[in-house]
Amino acid sequence: MSMWTLVIALVCALIVWAVLVRYLMAQPWLPAGDPGNLADITAVDEPAKKVGLYFFLCAISSLFALFITAYVMRMDPNHGADWFSIPKPGILWINTLLLVYSSISMQHAKTVSTLNGQKNLKRALMTGGVFAILFIAGQLWAWEVLHGSVYFHLSNPALGFFYLMTGIHAVHLIGGLYVWARVTAKVFNNAQPETVNLSIELCTTYWHYLLLVWLVLFGLLLLT
Amino acid sequence: MAFVAYADRDEVHGHDPDTFITKYIWSQDHKVIAIQYGGVAIFVGLTALVLSVMMRLQLAFPDTFNFITPNDYYQFVTMHGMIMVIYLLTALFLGGFGNYLIPLMCGARDMVFPYMNMLSFWAYLVSVIILLASFFVPGGPTGAGWTLYPPQTILPGTPGNELGILMMLLSLAVFIVAFTMGGLNYVTTILQARCRGMTLMRMPLSIWGIFTATVLGLLAFPALLVASIMMIFDLLLGTSFFMPAVLSMGQASDTMGGSPILFQHLFWFFGHPEVYIVALPAFGIVSDLLSVHARKNIFGYRMMVWAIVGIGALSFVVWAHHMYVSGMNPYFGFFFATTTLIIAIPTAIKVYNWVLTLWQANIRMTVPMLFSIGFIFTFTHGGLTGLFLGNVTVDLPLSDTYFVIGHFHMVMGVSPVLVLFGALYHWMPKMTGKMFNVTLGKIHFWLTFLCTYAIYLPMHYLGILGIPRRYYAYGGADFIPASAQSMNVGITYAAIILAFVQLIFLYNVFWTLFKGKPAGGNPWEATTLEWQTPDTPPKHGNWGAKLPEVYRWAYDYSVPGAKLDYIPQNEPHHGHDSVESDSDDAVDEAKE
Amino acid sequence: MALAVAIFLLVVGSIIFHLVSPWWFTPIASNWTAVDSTVELTFIVTGIVFVLVNGFLIYCVVKFRHKEGHRAHYEPENKKLEIILIAITSIGVIAMLAPGLFVWANFVDVPDDALEVEVVGQQWRWSYRYPGSDGVFGSTDVSHMTHENPLGINPEDPSGQDDVIVYNADLRLLKDRPVKLWLRSKDVLHNFTVAQFRVKMDLVPGMVTHLWLTPTLAGEYDILCEELCGVAHYAMRGRVIVEEEPAYSNWVASQKTFAQTQQESGTDINNGRALYAVCASCHGQSGEGNEALNAPRLAGMSSWYIENQIFKYKNGYRGTHEDDTYGRQMVPMAATLANEASVKNVAAFIESLADTPNNQTVTGDIENGRRLYTTCGACHGKQGEGVWSTDAPKLAGLNDWYMVRQLHNFKNGIRGYHSADATGKQMMLLSGMLKDDQSIDDVVAYINTLQK
Repeated sequence: MSMWTLVIALVCALIVWAVLVRYLMAQPWLPAGDPGNLADITAVDEPAKKVGLYFFLCAISSLFALFITAYVMRMDPNHGADWFSIPKPGILWINTLLLVYSSISMQHAKTVSTLNGQKNLKRALMTGGVFAILFIAGQLWAWEVLHGSVYFHLSNPALGFFYLMTGIHAVHLIGGLYVWARVTAKVFNNAQPETVNLSIELCTTYWHYLLLVWLVLFGLLLLT
Repeated sequence: MAFVAYADRDEVHGHDPDTFITKYIWSQDHKVIAIQYGGVAIFVGLTALVLSVMMRLQLAFPDTFNFITPNDYYQFVTMHGMIMVIYLLTALFLGGFGNYLIPLMCGARDMVFPYMNMLSFWAYLVSVIILLASFFVPGGPTGAGWTLYPPQTILPGTPGNELGILMMLLSLAVFIVAFTMGGLNYVTTILQARCRGMTLMRMPLSIWGIFTATVLGLLAFPALLVASIMMIFDLLLGTSFFMPAVLSMGQASDTMGGSPILFQHLFWFFGHPEVYIVALPAFGIVSDLLSVHARKNIFGYRMMVWAIVGIGALSFVVWAHHMYVSGMNPYFGFFFATTTLIIAIPTAIKVYNWVLTLWQANIRMTVPMLFSIGFIFTFTHGGLTGLFLGNVTVDLPLSDTYFVIGHFHMVMGVSPVLVLFGALYHWMPKMTGKMFNVTLGKIHFWLTFLCTYAIYLPMHYLGILGIPRRYYAYGGADFIPASAQSMNVGITYAAIILAFVQLIFLYNVFWTLFKGKPAGGNPWEATTLEWQTPDTPPKHGNWGAKLPEVYRWAYDYSVPGAKLDYIPQNEPHHGHDSVESDSDDAVDEAKE
Repeated sequence: MALAVAIFLLVVGSIIFHLVSPWWFTPIASNWTAVDSTVELTFIVTGIVFVLVNGFLIYCVVKFRHKEGHRAHYEPENKKLEIILIAITSIGVIAMLAPGLFVWANFVDVPDDALEVEVVGQQWRWSYRYPGSDGVFGSTDVSHMTHENPLGINPEDPSGQDDVIVYNADLRLLKDRPVKLWLRSKDVLHNFTVAQFRVKMDLVPGMVTHLWLTPTLAGEYDILCEELCGVAHYAMRGRVIVEEEPAYSNWVASQKTFAQTQQESGTDINNGRALYAVCASCHGQSGEGNEALNAPRLAGMSSWYIENQIFKYKNGYRGTHEDDTYGRQMVPMAATLANEASVKNVAAFIESLADTPNNQTVTGDIENGRRLYTTCGACHGKQGEGVWSTDAPKLAGLNDWYMVRQLHNFKNGIRGYHSADATGKQMMLLSGMLKDDQSIDDVVAYINTLQK
């Protein structure tokens, strides 16, 4: 893979190292309270699900970063002579707006969920989910548009990557919708706020993350 | 809603199993899941062992066994490799020992996501079933080698190029999902559910190894997933991600421009960290075994932790040393040879520290200790031959020969397997509550250790001679002397003995279950938390009413002035006079 | 204690094994002696570490074994010691790496005066191309590949016309002259390896890789494929002959250029029919074959296969083994075909003969035959239909007694033993998978069922 991935990997490693180094310098054989035994933390002060989600997002980031790397490498003119840029269906712009609005609604749901009475929570959640579903429907539409167009040659890697990356992104969103559906069902059954608020928050984080991924992918697709 | 740290939740564990099915089949208990993972992994590993014996039979007696055609042979090669690396070693170290040890060693009641943990095992089982089912589909399993390089993998001329490879890729995808569910559990549990007082730097090295390996897995397995998905597209839809213009069976393909090298980059970007996904838990576990049975703290604990983390980070920037002669830009060779040889330094530190742990120790030659010292020997050997292959020039004559086979079997076959056996013997008393048969354990060690060396040492020299790997038969090459064939016969005899010796181990497991004497809660007199559980084997929830609290690191062995030669991690410092000042003196001594 | 003794014996044994083992580098035949030196240097450095680490291990295991009432020394870490160890290790690593990088720099940098030769890999054989008098290779593409143009050279490209095509013989290299080998694959990944040259490189379809070397020792060496390239990977063999001037130039000049291979005019079936009269006395008027005369059926065979076999008889690649009773009978018959044109005409005529069903004489376990045939099908096609690109003749409809005899011949080295018989050598290695007479009968019985 190209050298810049290496550089990024090295930089990440250095950052992780820098963060960890404070803990890693402790001399654990000294009794607690000894100045040599610093960084005596017990656990990250966050709910486990949140930490789990962050690690999951790291794994997905690795997945999409590798797809993008593969995309860029496959485009390399040395062996990418069969790469023909395809016109991107206009509906993608509308889809992007749908996903942005979906994300905003989820953010709204998260905000109101912590307020007393949880006013408008149901509506915000519904809007967030429905717009995400519309986004996926729009993506399918884009697939149809391309499928019917003269550019539909699967041997063209640009087209293959378009389906691949939009598809993988949509699969992740569908996974999110599964969690969303469970939370929404609970909210509609008037569950106690403390049983659903964390899930709403995590859904929101996931939504923002997938929006970010989509914007990166969309940008990449538009540029190439 | 305030978050309550796990260490501050004393209430007894939830999801209590009440029926046989919830207790042993659809179990959410990490210990049961660990044993389920371990059982399946050992079963599938034995399958792969049988495959390797078949390969050895063909190599030793090329004119004898009718049931091994070239088609079969390459299928055996592929399935043996893939099963051993992924479905045995990765699954047993992380799914098996990771599951068993993390909550017990960290002082938690269970994994933080028990339900997902259960799903992880069942998904793993599904992936194994898909994999083994590929033996029974038309065309049989894929015979492309475990590296699955396109374009041959999906072209006629390679066994199982249609259904076999599809099953393999699907199985890998399911495995990756299973691993991700398990892996999120492991890292989150280690970060979140450690008991009070268990700081990161007080964790046993086993946990450090498992933790780092899991992080590597979470970041590296996506590369394999990307490669698999793209290959499935090429296979089923006719895209040309990896498919260049080729002539196959007299037909020009309608693909062009695809890049086989792109696949190799993706594969090895996963494949090299994968080596450390297997090795780091082995490093960690063997450190603990050595320390316990040598009655001495692990030498240079901090250096060991840094080495684990450092090796983990470096493992992402060395992948292309598998590709020196792949036709990639040759200038990459300079970079990757350098990073590869740099990784030798932290690895060497680990070896030094293991040996230094034995220095001035009080070594009890128990069965786990035999395996651990055997590991130091084989790992040193395998690590040193790695310096040959990592150095780009030296790799030129040796790559794709038996030297490579000898090297990687020594370093990531034999060595981790010795650790696995050592660990199984070490923790079997905790898992079953009973002591295994020591004599059988020793026989198992000696035959395993000596046979593996007899198998793999000569292979290096066959490789230097230039004998290529993955050959069904060697006839007709002038430079290969007849003596090489006699060596092949010898290697095969050793391999057959080795395979049968493993039955001793299986017998010993059943002997332990049915005839073993009660082992007591802490037969090895170890300090770590899993040996301090109120019950042996630990009950659901592990700790009874109250979670343990940790006051010291995991290696307080032979502390001067202490009554016994070990102090459990959950034993408080008594008062602030005698013991404390004694150990301070010891530390001062150490600093001098 | 036993463990200490065992490790001691293993260390000493390994060193002795290293010193006396008969398996070591083949005598080097190229300029890459520096590669060998780097390997030896690495052996010395790692050998010292191996002995020191294990020596210390043995010492510890003996000296510090468990004693009643004894307690281990308590020492969490020793920074100074670890820093010293890191420093020593780093020096060792640099000592091994630095020479390696210098040699690699040399390998990456191809000399300007290097000759150029192209090596082409395909499932499962090697072929070669020399750039001809203009010193430039013509462009190639998969779409141009046919039986007449196996390397896929672009017929429109003027620089390709004088390219020398070596499709059924050895690679020849000039001694003491650097040569840059361009490596190209027609189908899948392969790897060009000559053990005596020390250097190797993959052939990657879709791109052209290269390596360079200077052959320094005249002789003949095996070319092996060292990248698993399919089911007959182990049978993908070739040969390189290193020789001096003028033998080298004479040989290159004697080979056909691309233009010459394309020149042959169309075949004349009528001429072929006339020439076939000689063949008909044994093989029958309509090529139906005659078991009593040991003459196999020819009807249904592709012209390219017949051509290849007649050329093999004519050139002494086939029918020269003393045990090949029936093959020897064929040699003078093949000699009656005076020139290439007549061979092609006869082959074209034979191809035109009607393909009628055949008697079956061999019985065997068809299910076992089907299993065995999976490997054969990789070249000959799943239905035994024959595939030109793998030079594999049609099997369905061939006389079963003939196939049995030929399989025995291949297995016993009676056919395919000649070093220039590239395809015969493949069959020699692959027939080794049929380990007894019964399996030969089984696979032939299965091939019988493929007949339409």
